[in-house]
Order: sequence, then C-alpha cells, then structure tokens
Amino acid sequence: MTNMRALTGNEAGAYAIKQIDPDVVPAYPITPQTELMQTFAQYVADGVVQTEMILVESEHSAMSAAVGASAAGARVMSATSANGLALMWEIVYIASSSRLPIVLAVVNRALSGPINIHCDHADSMGCRDAGWIQIYGENPQEVYDNMIQAVRIAENKNVLLPVMTTHDGFIISHTVERVDVLEDDQVKKFVGQYSPRYPLLDTAHPVTYGPLDLQDYYFEHKKQQAEAMKDAKKVILEVGAEYGKLSGRSYGFFDEYQTEDAEYIVIALGSTAGTAKAAVDEMRERGQKVGVIKLRVFRPFPAPELVKAISGAKAVAVLDRSEGFNAVAGPVFSEVRSALYRKSDIPVSAYVYGLGGRDITPEMISGVFADLKSGRLHEEEAFHLGLRE
Amino acid sequence: MSDQAPGWKDLPIGGVIDHAGNSFEYETGDWRAARPTLDKNKCIDCLQCWVFCPDGSILVEDEKMAGFDYQHCKGCGICAHTCPVDAIEMISEEKVGEVEIDEWGVKKSSPPEKGDQG
Amino acid sequence: MALNLKELSKKPELLSPGHRACAGCGSVIAIRQALMAVEGPVVVGFATGCMEVSTTIYPYTSWRIPYIHDAFENAAATISGVETAFRSLKKQGKIKGDMKFIAFGGDGGTYDIGLQSLSGALERGHDFLYICYNNGAYMNTGIQRSSATPFCAATTTSPAGEVVPGKAQFPKDLTAIVAAHHVPYAAQASPHNWRDYIGKVKKALAIEGPTFINVIASCFRGWRTEPTTSIDIVKMAVETCFWPLYEVENGEYKLNYKPKEKLPIEEWIKVQGRFKHLLDEKYKPLREEFQANVDQEWAALLEKTGDQVQKVAV
Repeated sequence: MTNMRALTGNEAGAYAIKQIDPDVVPAYPITPQTELMQTFAQYVADGVVQTEMILVESEHSAMSAAVGASAAGARVMSATSANGLALMWEIVYIASSSRLPIVLAVVNRALSGPINIHCDHADSMGCRDAGWIQIYGENPQEVYDNMIQAVRIAENKNVLLPVMTTHDGFIISHTVERVDVLEDDQVKKFVGQYSPRYPLLDTAHPVTYGPLDLQDYYFEHKKQQAEAMKDAKKVILEVGAEYGKLSGRSYGFFDEYQTEDAEYIVIALGSTAGTAKAAVDEMRERGQKVGVIKLRVFRPFPAPELVKAISGAKAVAVLDRSEGFNAVAGPVFSEVRSALYRKSDIPVSAYVYGLGGRDITPEMISGVFADLKSGRLHEEEAFHLGLRE
Repeated sequence: MSDQAPGWKDLPIGGVIDHAGNSFEYETGDWRAARPTLDKNKCIDCLQCWVFCPDGSILVEDEKMAGFDYQHCKGCGICAHTCPVDAIEMISEEKVGEVEIDEWGVKKSSPPEKGDQG
Repeated sequence: MALNLKELSKKPELLSPGHRACAGCGSVIAIRQALMAVEGPVVVGFATGCMEVSTTIYPYTSWRIPYIHDAFENAAATISGVETAFRSLKKQGKIKGDMKFIAFGGDGGTYDIGLQSLSGALERGHDFLYICYNNGAYMNTGIQRSSATPFCAATTTSPAGEVVPGKAQFPKDLTAIVAAHHVPYAAQASPHNWRDYIGKVKKALAIEGPTFINVIASCFRGWRTEPTTSIDIVKMAVETCFWPLYEVENGEYKLNYKPKEKLPIEEWIKVQGRFKHLLDEKYKPLREEFQANVDQEWAALLEKTGDQVQKVAV
C-alpha cells in the first residue's frame, strides 16, 4: 500500500524524524534548513513524538549537546546548513572520533563569504574528511529514505559513525514533490531500538569520554575510525537492500542511469543528477549513448565500484558543486580520478558549477556531453560551467 | 610503552576509558622531593589535611588520620602547612632513612594504638 | 545537618589519586571538595583545561563516576545534552531513578570561550550545576590572561614590562552575569572555607534547575606563590574582599562571610610574584586604583546583601 504525500525536501526530512522519534534533537535555525526543524518542532508541540528538543543558542552548542546526548545513550538527530555546519566544525570531528552515531541532515548551502543562502556543496564537502558518512539525496523522496537508513547505518555495531544526509538547499528543501512514506510502525520496526555501546548514564559502569589521547594511543583510535568507515560499505549496502524490501526502493552507493552502453557518462551529486537525467533522456532520443551516475554515498568513497561502473565509457565528466581551491578541480573530481589511477586510462573531465545557487540546466549538461564527445576535455583544470567571463 | 600497549583491534573504540578510576595504578609518588610524616602525639584528627590534600593521599580510618598514601602523595606540603597543631613534618626524600616512620608515614614515636606497627 | 569532616571522610573518593595535576594544585582541591558534596548517581562534564587534562591521560582516568569532556567552550552545552538525554530516557521508562549533573570549567572555559554556551544552558533551564574553578588565567596553556585575570597581574600575554604594568583591565563579574539569568542559585566560594563551599555544592545540587558556583582556585605557577600556601592565598583573597563569599538564591543576595578586619589588597598582592612589579613605588597609584575597585565592588555587594560596609583595616 502506498501512502503518497506532497512534501518539500525539508518536510520529508521532518516527517522521517517524526517517524524515527529520536530521544533528543538539538536544533538551531539557519536558512534553508530552518523549515525542517520548525516542522519537527510542531510534531513535538503536538505530542506526536517523545523527542526532547534542545533549542540551543548556536550550532556549536547544537552539535555539543548532540555529543553529550549521544554519549549519554540517546538516539540523536539534528539538521543544519552552511555556516551552521561550519560553526559545528570542531565538534563534528569530536562526534565521529567519539564514535557517536548522530544523524545530521545537512541542507546544502554555499558557505560565506560573501554571504549567500542558496545551494552549493561547499558546506558538506568541507567536512568530507571529518569521519562522517555522507549520503547525498536527489529529491524529497530520497531525503526521507536516506534519513531512515542513516539511523540503521550509524548505529550498526560495526560502524558506530555519525551520518550526514544532505539535500540541496531550496532546490530540494523548498520544492514540493510526491513522497511515498512508510507507516509509522514500519519505520519504528526498521530503525529498531538503539543500544549504545558505552552509555554515560550507566552509572553502575562509569566510563570516561574524551580523554587526553597522546602519541601512544591516538593513532590506534584513528585507525579504528578508518576501519569503521571501510566496514560501513557493507552495512550501507545491506541496509539499502533491506530498505528496498520494505519500501520497494533499494539503495546502493550510486545510481546508474542509462550507463550500460553509455560512451559518455556524467557524474553528479544531489538534485543535479535529476537535471542530468533529463539531458540524457533528450539526448538518448537523438540516439546519443550517454548516461549519468548519481553518486549517493561520498563517504565512504566507493572507489572500486565506481571504477567498474564507468570503465566501459570513452570519457567521463565530473560535476562538482564546490570549488576545491587547489588550482585543479573540485573534491569529487579528485576522488574519481584518484580511484581510476592504474585501473583505467579513461579520461576524466572536471567541471565546477552552480556555486551560490547558480542555475544548471539540461542544456548545459548536454553541452558537457558534447565536450566529452568532441574531446574538449578539462583534465588539468576544472571548467567553470555557467560562469560569466 | 607503545610496544607492549594493545593494538588498535584490542582497544575500546572512541577513546572511551572503561576502567573507572584506573589512574590509581599510576603512581605519582615518585614526583616527591619531600614526604609528609605524622606525629600522632600531636595530631588531633581534625582532618584539615584530608580536606585540603589535592591528591586524596591522606589516609583516614574510622574518622582518624592514619597516615599518607606514599604511592600517590606528590609531597606538596599543603597538609603540613595547614595542620593547626604542627603534627605533620615534611622530610626530604634524601633524609627519609634518618627518621623512624612506618610505611604510612607515622612516626614510630607516636602511640601505637592507631598504626599497624602493633 | 552541619557538615563535618569525619562524616565526609567516610564517603568514597570519587576522584582517584594518580591524576597528574601539579603538586599543590589549588584547582584539584576545589574539584575534590565539590565531589565530597555528592550523594547518589552523578555525571560530570568537563571543559578543556588543567583539570580535564590531568585527570584523564589515556589510558588512565581518575574518574570513578561517568565523565565526559567534549571541547573547550562547550561544557555547558554538552551537559545540556546529557541531562536532556536523561530526561528523555526517563520519560520513556528506559532509565530509572534520579541523577545529578555537574559541569566544570576553568575561568578561560567559562568567563571567555564558554560564556555563550553557559548562558544558553542557564537560560534553557537544564537541571545541572556549573562550577567554574577560577584561577584567573589560562594556566593549562601556560598562564595567559583571561577576562578573570586580576588587574595588573602579570601573565605571559599580559606581562609586566617597562611601560605596561601587567593586565590593564579589571576582571568581569561572572557571578553577577550568571545571576542576571535569574537562575535559582549562584554563589562564590573558596576551598579554604570548605564548609561554606561544600555546603554550597550540596545546596546547589538539591535545587532543581541551573545552578552556578564560582570557586576561586589558586595556581602557584601562575600566581608565583609557594605550593604549600595554596590554601592560605585563597583565604587571603577572601579576607581582603577581593573574592567575597556570597550567594544569590532566587534573586536574594546573602553574604556568607564578613572578615572581622578587611585586609588591604596589598596584603594579597605582596605575596604573589605575578604582582611583584606593582610593589614598585611608581605604581602606588595602581595599587590605590586596585584597592578602590575592591572597595567599590565590596560596597556594591553589601548594598545588595543589606550588610554594613567595613572600612579597610590599616
């Protein structure tokens, strides 16, 4: 039985949190995330969830309270955007290194400065190496589905890492689409009870969180985190498959669209993957063998799987919605090309697009395919798509 | 230390320490340049030394001052300084052999009733 | 029942020896005494600082009770999370009984970098006690000035030089700032008066809602004093009225100790190396300014508590 609703990306996120019914939700407003937490606050006000919200005075305190609550033994979720995530930064690392399975919705927005409230991926890409799992959503349906899966992935005993689920600010957060939601008890059963590894509130077994960890042990603890990120790959696939059985929508590391016989492939994250699919549909009608890979899981990075998926193509373009400021290209490009090293000599072309909410259209993506086909490759330095000279 | 310490597979995750109070195994007593000693004849068991000791190294048995935890006492001398009846004397570690004290730092000249010296 | 040491000494020591605070550290005395007041289950949160570092050097912990250190500026926010988790889980029947929550921070982590986090937690009304162990500088990083550093004190970032006589500003009045949040209880204390201090911790823990104690803690390294005098020196801070012992309970001020003879601030200054330069004759006006400030703050406090102003004994 389907239960279809018309929801914005933010409402879909709030609805997922409502059904998960976490123990604690610290929250602080920031555009374009605000609507997500205020929608959820209404659920709290109406008594339909058991959650205790902590309406903190900053995002730094939001993540700090999340760390405290999660260490205490509570299931904790929150949401933020851009500068809010930047303000959390210090504690983002403490959450992952303390192995606390917090789930954070990041509504992607350009980082200041200059200040800008619209979408790009500079915020979440900035903490790509912070030890968090990162799952990028394309549309409100995926916002909903990803948040529910994130809880299971984060809390898996072989993982115990925090998870960021992202969706594009305004483009998805404020756009109404059809979202097929599960029943409350289906979600409750799917996420299950959280059984924390070292609950601080177990006063009969006192533990110390956050000690001074110097040369003798810090390295070993980092290795544990790195291994957990590797182990997360298996868990992400298992959870994605199990969720598929429940909902009819299975999830993997990435989504392949018309790639089986594709000569040219575009790799993109988030809502742009939808735009790229429209371009592919139009080009396929004209007999062009083109396809799209929507990268869903960026951390852990599915390197061998991605290499396999693109190895049949003649050329690949990577669309980055953040600037790497490394005089080369954006972060997704760097990862993809690194993954291909000594595995394939398929050329990879770098694009940076859509910064600060600059529009991207199917025509622009068709242009990227045309570049690939005609050998106009940007292998040394990214081309800035949609930029005025 | 690193060679004998557990490897990454054997450590609790997240840097959590699950042995509450295990710093007791870490002996700070060797920081000491001088050690407190107790004259039980003078001591009035007011326990000022106990409440002001930074290191929890004043031993109290049945509400009475019973000596010092030399495994942890760092020899700061606060106990001797705050003692209202001068019952605690700091003795240089180099001169410890010259004073007759029991293992808890109670001078042998003290009455035997409280100590272990039987 | 009045506190007595014989009874307190029978309770289990919640902070194990083997911590690596300096020999003669005044802060650890303040932490230890606070823990003497605890009855029943308690969770402790800590801001980065001397006491955090020295009590939890991996793989050792001195804490015999649950403990969490998150970062420098967020002890109050972190304990907010812990306390809220407790309320949520208790409401759901997943946890039973009662529990207390104490956050500790030094003056750097409380007056300065952690002030916003503290203010937020106080305003939200979490059920916790925040204890600021105030040694008047960033001692953990090597004696840098904080907004709690006394006037004219030399620190490594406010050194006394040929033209600058140490810190140029008077410390902010954090206890008043906290009281302005209209919390049910805020107090100042000193470990030399353990009865007053431990009593305040007990009182604060018994009150539902956010409570705060600002406890002066000596640091012989930063204050340039002798470790043996760690207790004397805070006592003198109280006797000179630099650090009055008082409490604000539901908005009502109460003075807890009034020196029989209010000692001149010079008595406190002259025994600390951090004020050594001030004893120079050319700095007499600064000493007078210091005394005037102490007198003014003391008079303002007495006005709030309804006590009589005392003249400085000379």
